[in-house]
Amino acid sequence: MRASQGMPKRSPLGAWLDRKQDLFISSILLVVALSAISGLVVITAFIFKEGLPIMLQVGVGKFVSSSDWYPAEGHFGIFPMIMGSLAVTAGALVIGGVLGLGCAVVLTQFCPRWAVSILKPSIELLAGIPSVVYGFIGVVILVPMIRVHLGGPGLSVLASSIVLGIMMLPTVTSISVDALQAVPKAYRDGSIALGATHWQTTRMVILKASRSGLVAAMILGMGRAVGETMAVIMVAGNTLDVPDSILAPVRTLTSNIALEMGYAAGDHRKALFATGVVLFVIIMILNTIALTVSRRRSRRKSGA
Amino acid sequence: MMSANNEMHKVDHIRCSHVGEHCATSPGPAKIVVRDFHAGFGETQVLRNVSLDIYPCQRLAIIGPAGGGKTTFLRSLNRLNSLEHDFRHSGSILLDGQDIFASNVDVARIRRRVGMLYAVPIPLPLSIYENLTYGPRLAGIRDRHRLDELVETSLKSAILWDEVKDRLREPAHNLSGGQQQRMCLARVLALEPEVLLLDEPCSGLDPISTAKIEDALDELKSRYTVVLVTNNTKQAARASERTAFFLMGEMIECGPTAVIFTNPRHGRTSDYITGHFG
Repeated sequence: MRASQGMPKRSPLGAWLDRKQDLFISSILLVVALSAISGLVVITAFIFKEGLPIMLQVGVGKFVSSSDWYPAEGHFGIFPMIMGSLAVTAGALVIGGVLGLGCAVVLTQFCPRWAVSILKPSIELLAGIPSVVYGFIGVVILVPMIRVHLGGPGLSVLASSIVLGIMMLPTVTSISVDALQAVPKAYRDGSIALGATHWQTTRMVILKASRSGLVAAMILGMGRAVGETMAVIMVAGNTLDVPDSILAPVRTLTSNIALEMGYAAGDHRKALFATGVVLFVIIMILNTIALTVSRRRSRRKSGA
Repeated sequence: MMSANNEMHKVDHIRCSHVGEHCATSPGPAKIVVRDFHAGFGETQVLRNVSLDIYPCQRLAIIGPAGGGKTTFLRSLNRLNSLEHDFRHSGSILLDGQDIFASNVDVARIRRRVGMLYAVPIPLPLSIYENLTYGPRLAGIRDRHRLDELVETSLKSAILWDEVKDRLREPAHNLSGGQQQRMCLARVLALEPEVLLLDEPCSGLDPISTAKIEDALDELKSRYTVVLVTNNTKQAARASERTAFFLMGEMIECGPTAVIFTNPRHGRTSDYITGHFG
């Protein structure tokens, strides 16, 4: 207490307490950090413990490559769901990535400041809309529109991609904006002084300099798309076929778990956990690929 | 466009034969004519009533204490200030008689004719070769041989060719600070500009790199109109034909470097040069 009263000189006791306080706080922080990591470890261990035995029992190859999903008869093949997740995520990445990157470029390079102060918060507001609302709007507006104008049942890869693309916009946009704003202003001045226009500068220098940040934005957006469940269930159609066109209905890995968890028991329940294992592995692979790409690019950029 | 530039150079050489001696009042054909130029950002007034002639094939040094508007003046000459959304100005700047602030002016072309070197080297995140060809490519030069030739001659002019000729494909960031600044000089020269704006080009460099830059500039003075902003009065004295002294946003005086440094008209100028303030 005496130490906190702004005395210019410290007593030996006060200095000792200060040191102890540092130690105390840093050990608390360490415990907090470890518990966050231990959450990850426990969840991973649990999913694998529940899911792995049934996968081994069916055979890992058969589990991921078979198209027969008849839990009542003991047939567990999730190939259609894997393809569904990949198709929907790829579609969302195309839609959300292009829109998000476009937004970020406009916001950072071509917008007057007052417009940015209106547009950026409104895009970030998209993150606050519950996913069930996205799904509902998708079902009521998007799905009938696709059915009438493009054909098919409407509940489709395309509908899910559009909904997920819009859902990942805030993530992609705000991280891309950060990456673009992190480019030193000197690059802009340097390029423009060489007779480049604003757009040429953006295209040839600024996008290039911020590439690793933009890749990170895409990864995180993709993570959101792979993991999203509720909105996808509502607009994807959830059939158990491998999608053969963007207008075909699909079921994703996450939807499969959510749809059947309520009534599953025994091997069926374990197979759903195994679905979770596959999802986990897919996300790990995607993240690793993306991280490697962004790391290699940033190393090349810094020239080390 | 480039051939037009080359023709400009020829015209410049002819003009160099009858260069005027006095600022603002000289009847000689100035390359850049600045009249009643006021400039500022938002509420802040930076430059007040600057009138100045810059003659072709001469080096004009601009000296003065920090915050005097030297850099703002320089960045007005290639319209770089126009990038700031709150920049405002009045008065005129004429380049070969053409008002560079006129609405029908191609700003990118002005910036190619009036090249700029910054205080801090700004290598773009590209290879050395791409850095050098960046401007010429945008100006429409696509021919490989022509680009290779430009890269070589401009690197030689910047006294950098021997050091980098075998590593043109490496990222420009790999170069040392002094090399980066010379590469930036070469990059400007590759545009074949008519005017060179130098904003304290040696402020962050060691004496050896500084000497190399000054050597390069010395070789270039016969071909370019040079405007050099510097905090180093010694550099101004040895690397310019004329000197202008800026103080608190106003141009106090301008004249032949020898006169400014030995017999200035204003007390403030001699105070600054002799180190009494600033």
